[in-house]
Amino acid sequence: MKQLVLVPRLTTTILIVLHVTILLAGFLAPYDPAMQNRTSPLLPPIGVHFVDTLGVFHLRPLVRSAGRTPDYPLRFFVSGSTYRFLGLWTFRTHLFGVEEPGRLFLLGTDEFGRDQFSRILWGGQVSLLIGWLATLLALGIGLALGSVAGFFGGWPDAAIMRGAELFLALPWLYLLLAVRAFLPLSLPPHATAMILTVIIGIVGWARPARLVRGIVLSARERDYVSAARGFGASSWHLLRRHCLPETYTVLATQATLLIPQFMLAEVALSFIGLGVGEPAPSWGNLLAPLRQIPILASAWWMMAPAMLVMVTSWCFLSLGDVFVHGET
Amino acid sequence: MFRRYLLRRLVHVIVLFAGISAFSFVLLELAPGDFLGEAKLNPQMSPATLAALREQYGLNKSLGQKYLSWIGSAARGEFGISFAYNLPVSKILRPRVSKTLQLTLSSLLLSWFIAVPLGVWSAAAHNGFVDRAVGVAISALLATPDVVLACLALLMAVRLRAFHSANPVLPVAVLTLGALPILLRHVRAALLDVANQPFAQVARANGISGAGLWFGCLLPAAVNPLTSLFGLSVAGLISSSLLVEVLLGWPGVGPLFVEAIAARDFYLVVDSVMLSALFLSGGTFLADILLYVFDPRIRMEL
Repeated sequence: MKQLVLVPRLTTTILIVLHVTILLAGFLAPYDPAMQNRTSPLLPPIGVHFVDTLGVFHLRPLVRSAGRTPDYPLRFFVSGSTYRFLGLWTFRTHLFGVEEPGRLFLLGTDEFGRDQFSRILWGGQVSLLIGWLATLLALGIGLALGSVAGFFGGWPDAAIMRGAELFLALPWLYLLLAVRAFLPLSLPPHATAMILTVIIGIVGWARPARLVRGIVLSARERDYVSAARGFGASSWHLLRRHCLPETYTVLATQATLLIPQFMLAEVALSFIGLGVGEPAPSWGNLLAPLRQIPILASAWWMMAPAMLVMVTSWCFLSLGDVFVHGET
Repeated sequence: MFRRYLLRRLVHVIVLFAGISAFSFVLLELAPGDFLGEAKLNPQMSPATLAALREQYGLNKSLGQKYLSWIGSAARGEFGISFAYNLPVSKILRPRVSKTLQLTLSSLLLSWFIAVPLGVWSAAAHNGFVDRAVGVAISALLATPDVVLACLALLMAVRLRAFHSANPVLPVAVLTLGALPILLRHVRAALLDVANQPFAQVARANGISGAGLWFGCLLPAAVNPLTSLFGLSVAGLISSSLLVEVLLGWPGVGPLFVEAIAARDFYLVVDSVMLSALFLSGGTFLADILLYVFDPRIRMEL
């Protein structure tokens, strides 16, 4: 019983912290995700420490850069590269950073010397956004078509359900890739992200549609719905007021399954080079350098995005488990 | 009765196939660019050569003509021509399919041989130590993307210097680990569903316990959801290994498909999709037949 309370609390806390962190990527990341330092590719993570090269203790954290003798003090609320919050407001203030010749690479650098920590934060925005938007799209289409099919029956029902079977019969990764095949290969990253979202969302509508249809089909036959119909309620009113509310828990459960699934779809596609392209970071294309054996074998910090992907999907999935067991 | 049911399913599959192929061809028509897109940029190619090539590949035909000629070609067993390889698609796909099946069939067998006994053990020790441990392993594996599993496998291969790309051990291990959590979960849930039903209590009251109870009484009763699940495993024989093949350099259908996408090798793309769809519908079809064979209750219903 105790575990039943602990796990959802833990996962929701992690998820909230994660989403806020990712949302504030521009403020928390010390550097622009596209900024390259060609002289320092694939640097391992450099931590902060409190004792300088002479062995003197300082209260202010110090950053030691490779090859540079002096230590640079870590400063808070520094002015750095400009970034846009939510794509609307422009800021220059970063939570922390070091003075210019010094560099702070908390999670090392990639093969172009870009700060991995900043890229992971910014990449999370792309990956999570694709997961959420594609889920909203899939659930939206599923809800609309499923409720029409369940409530009205007849030929719309038959047509929609045959369509759903078609989509369920196609292996979804193949379908995703096939649809992607018919789009231009090189697109600006934001266009690709949007297109990916739409493709993933459209490919994923069938399962929610079938679930919604089943629920609406049974809800339609309830006595209180018949009573309301007898009092002259319109179809739209019956559907909206009496049938759809019953689908909400199923939709929430589906969302906790679909968000990580769609996020992983982005990761998989970007990883094999058919998803979000450079220079924009996403969790998938951040992992792409691991396809080169030397990087995989020696640069362990390049695996960091995988940890975040796993934690995120674990949180969503166990939240979904709680929903499922809460229902029964 | 069962024959009529089979016939209906068969018609269903055919309609499904017509739908999928039509869907792919419509997508082709909407797609910008084609296989000769790069050749067009080559200054050494004269417009006349390009036009001749377009004619030869049949790229200037209308959508309907392309579709009809593809169906004709399918009837001859060729399923269209691959532009990049200049060979009938069926010839290119055949060795690739056998390579993919090597991986997926062995991982299918391995994962079921692990999942059933472990699932039974976990259900029998409900809420005990084994069950908890299996539960933790399941949720950890579920959250691990195939991409990460494959990367870890590669890393291990590099560190140990023991595997090269022709060795199926790593890809099979990755595929099995990827399939296990879902199988285990369903086996456990299906067994727990029947574990407290009256017939199980009667069996217990008659002194049947241990392996006899779980494998003799409960597993056959839980066969229904597990057969559907087995159908799903069969359905994924072509498609489930795509990522793993691409990452670990296994010469199966997956890398061919990704290459074909990049090269706009249209018929190869369509046929790969069709092939995986064939396995998918074949898997559900197989599940229906197996259900009829294994579960007498279904035979009564039909």
